[in-house]
Amino acid sequence: MTRLKYMGKTVLRLLTLLIAVSILSFLLLEASPVDPLTAYIGTDSTLSEEAKEEIIRHWGLKEPPVTRFLKWAGNFVCGDWGESITYKKPVKTVIAERLKYSLALMLAAWLFSGILGYAFGMLAAVRQGKLTDKVIKTFSLTLQSAPVFWIGLLFLSFFAVRLGWFPIGLATPMGKTAEEVTVFDRIYHMILPAVTLSVLGTGKTALYTRQKFIEILNKEFILYARARGESTGQIIWRHGIRNTLMPAVTVQFASFSELFGGIALAESVFSYPGIGSALTAAGLGGDVPLLLGIAVCSAVFVFAGNLAANLLYLVLEPRAGSFV
Amino acid sequence: MIYIGLAGIYLLGIFFLGIFMPESAYEVNYAEKLIPPCADHLFGTDFMGRDMLMRSVKGLSVSMVIALLAAGVSSVLALAFGVAAAVFGGKLDAIVNWCVDLFMGIPHLVLLILISFMLGRGAKGVTAAVALTHWPELTRVVRSEVLSVRSSQYVRAAYKMGKSHLRVAWEHVIPHVLPVYLVGVILLFPHAIMHEASITFLGFGLPAEKPAVGVILSESMKYIAMGKWWLMLFPGLMLLLAVMLFDVIGENLKKLWNPDSGNE
Repeated sequence: MTRLKYMGKTVLRLLTLLIAVSILSFLLLEASPVDPLTAYIGTDSTLSEEAKEEIIRHWGLKEPPVTRFLKWAGNFVCGDWGESITYKKPVKTVIAERLKYSLALMLAAWLFSGILGYAFGMLAAVRQGKLTDKVIKTFSLTLQSAPVFWIGLLFLSFFAVRLGWFPIGLATPMGKTAEEVTVFDRIYHMILPAVTLSVLGTGKTALYTRQKFIEILNKEFILYARARGESTGQIIWRHGIRNTLMPAVTVQFASFSELFGGIALAESVFSYPGIGSALTAAGLGGDVPLLLGIAVCSAVFVFAGNLAANLLYLVLEPRAGSFV
Repeated sequence: MIYIGLAGIYLLGIFFLGIFMPESAYEVNYAEKLIPPCADHLFGTDFMGRDMLMRSVKGLSVSMVIALLAAGVSSVLALAFGVAAAVFGGKLDAIVNWCVDLFMGIPHLVLLILISFMLGRGAKGVTAAVALTHWPELTRVVRSEVLSVRSSQYVRAAYKMGKSHLRVAWEHVIPHVLPVYLVGVILLFPHAIMHEASITFLGFGLPAEKPAVGVILSESMKYIAMGKWWLMLFPGLMLLLAVMLFDVIGENLKKLWNPDSGNE
């Protein structure tokens, strides 16, 4: 019962936050000096005053903000997310099209950084104080501080331009129609952006796992295990992974927010047609409906990450039910 | 200590060099455009013949000024919110916590873009965006620190002696929280610098004519396919180095001020 209550409370809290996020985003965009009408028709339009009036009335621009927010929220819940100005398509279509690319990219980067970071972290902890540890630690610290877009530029300039191993950008080869593009093409175009995106997470996860495992290694039960004659491999398998995997996965889920930020940067470096480049384009083009849609989507994404971390904690941590 | 000193000297050096640098140092000079790194131009020159070393230093110091403003605003907000939440507890605590969750519920970069959009982009937008979004983490740190002091014996004794909330906060809580807080402020710098560079890189921040690291790197993107690697390599390295040095200073100060973490 307590577990169910805890879960319910978590979901409810996250839901209220989601509503608040959409209100906050709406308010921020509301306060912008960018005139939606000008953004839509362009500054040098020859539209008559009557036509402009017509658009303003159609969009309800003169109504008070509260009414407009409620109208937008109502439409949003019903599935009408408005019309994107930049792409001249419904916001929902734009987001759905681009989300496919971005989700694939983020999933790849997320898995890659998680596995690599975890392995590095465990290795460093086992070899604490030795050369391996120092190299991994320095490397992770550097990765953690490196600007995502600069790493992207570095990869692009070295692997794509100098060595010519990878394409310079985009998600599919140029000059091929959609039917001709193979899965291999897509993966091939995804490798560099995905590795770029995973850089930040790898460093973080490695450092975190290292610290956690060192804490565990200093516990008395490890000393006892060693006294029983367990090998390092056995200690990692029986005590290390069981005690460090859960915190590491939680941290990995909590990184969703940074992952989404990273995607805007990585995609703009590799001109990858995902949601990140749509975000940039929407912001630069004054495309309020799209910006709002993406902001809410990003909040849902972070929300999903937090929820997953919370639920996983309940499932995988048998002690959790008793004290929360 | 030596690390802190060296890192500090380097960072301050860049900061002041950049501030007092005359504009002639990175003047447009079409006679010398796109020169690879050489003795005269250690970092090479760009498509307008501007010296990349000078531009990078100037750009980094512009970033630092923004980060300084951001750290100032965010740290004051974090201290006020964190202390208030922990000392008064109850409803106020719940509200502050909720606000922190709210700000952390949107990806940081999206929030930066929204705020900069609200202020019509440009230097004003990026400064405000970076300044207004870096308080949540620090607020959490300050709050938990204050909470732990608040439950200690001597603070309870002070209340029993009839001291007001404000006096307890001033006399007992703030001195205890200060070291953690200052480290937090220093560790906020690298984030602020990175975020400024990131959104400037995307085109929301400083205008293109300003010598900012983000601008330099986004310009260099057009020349990558032509193999002009030095345009992106060195400015990025300088950015990375600055970010890492701020981290070094923060982490070392943490060790100095907190004896418990000395044996890690």
